[in-house]
Amino acid sequence: MSGRGKGIVVLVPAFNEEETVGRVVREVYEALPEAAVVVLNDGSADRTGQEARRAGARVVDLPVNLGIGAAMQTGYRYAAARGFRAAVQVDGDGQHIPSEIPVLLGALEEGADLAVGSRFLDRGSYRAPALRRLGIVFFGAVVTLLTGKRFRDTTSGFRAANRRVIEFFARHYPSDYPEPEAILLLCRAGFHVREVAARLRERGGGHSSITALRGLFYIFKVFLALVMGTVRRPPRAEE
Amino acid sequence: MFSQVQTVSVLGSLALLLVILELVRKGRLAEEFSLLWILTAGVLLLLSLWRGVLDLLAAALGIFYPPSALFLVGFGFVLLLILHFSIIVSRLSRQNRELAQALALLRTEIEEAKEEK
Repeated sequence: MSGRGKGIVVLVPAFNEEETVGRVVREVYEALPEAAVVVLNDGSADRTGQEARRAGARVVDLPVNLGIGAAMQTGYRYAAARGFRAAVQVDGDGQHIPSEIPVLLGALEEGADLAVGSRFLDRGSYRAPALRRLGIVFFGAVVTLLTGKRFRDTTSGFRAANRRVIEFFARHYPSDYPEPEAILLLCRAGFHVREVAARLRERGGGHSSITALRGLFYIFKVFLALVMGTVRRPPRAEE
Repeated sequence: MFSQVQTVSVLGSLALLLVILELVRKGRLAEEFSLLWILTAGVLLLLSLWRGVLDLLAAALGIFYPPSALFLVGFGFVLLLILHFSIIVSRLSRQNRELAQALALLRTEIEEAKEEK
C-alpha cells in the first residue's frame, strides 16, 4: 500500500470510450485538482487506456471485459487498499458533469454514506430516452417499495461514497447492471443513502451499454436481483 | 428375451457408462464432475436390464408404455446435470471475475511502484 492518497479518488469506468474519456479526466482535474483520478478500463478494444493516461489518469486495465459492476468494484478495491476517504463515480462517456462533484461530496459531509446524483430533483433540463425513462421510473418504484425510502433515480451512476461504503463495496458489489441493487444492498446493511439534485448532459460520444434489445434482460435481471437481495440475509457492514 | 427397445436402451446406457469411465480414466473428465454422470448411466442401465422395476414404475405413474418411463427418468437426470453445470458455471465466472480484478490491481501496483523509483 502506498503512503499517498487518503483524499478523494474519482473512479471512471470506461469501455471503448476513447472519444470522451480524455475530456472527462481533464474536466475532473479542473473541478478537483487535488483528487486522484483512476480510470477502470474494462477490457476496451480501442485507445481508451492510452487516452486516459495521456490526460494524466491512473489506469487500471482489466484483462477482459467484466462488465460495469465488476469494473466499478475493482475501483472500490483500489480505493479501499489505498485508504482513500471518499470515492466518486463518474462515467467515462461524458454524461456526468465533474463540476457537480462538490454537490455529492457536500452530501457526504452532511452525513450521507452514499450520495446519488439524481436527474430528477429539479436542477437541469435532462431528458432521457423513453425506454431509459421507463427503466428509471420502474426501478425507482421497486427500490422505494423494497427499502421503504423514496428514491427517484436509482440507475444514476454519478455517485460519491464515504470510507465505510468504499470498504463495503470492495467486498460486496453487484455485477452486470449494479446501480439499483447497490442502493438496496447499502440500505439493507444500514447505510444512509441520499439522493441529491445534479445536472447531467447528453452522452458525449459512444453509445449506452444498454441497447433496446437488452433492455428487457436488464429489467428482468435487476428486478430478480432486487427481490433476491431482499429475501436473502443482508451482508453486514463491518467496522 | 430382450425386446428391440430394451436391447437398444441396454446397449445405449452401457455405451454411455463406458464412455464416461474412459473419459475419467484418461483424465479428460474430472472425478468430481463424473459422479452425476455415472449415476445417470448406472440408473438407466439398471432400469433397462431390470424390466420388473421399470414396469412397476410405469404402472405407478400411469404410463402405459414402460420404455416411456425410462425416457422420463433419463430426462430428469439430464435436467439435474444441466442445473449442476449452471451452478459450476456461476462459480467459475465469479472466480474468474475475482482473478481478473486481482490481476488488474497487481499490474497497477507494479506500475505505481516503478514510477515511485
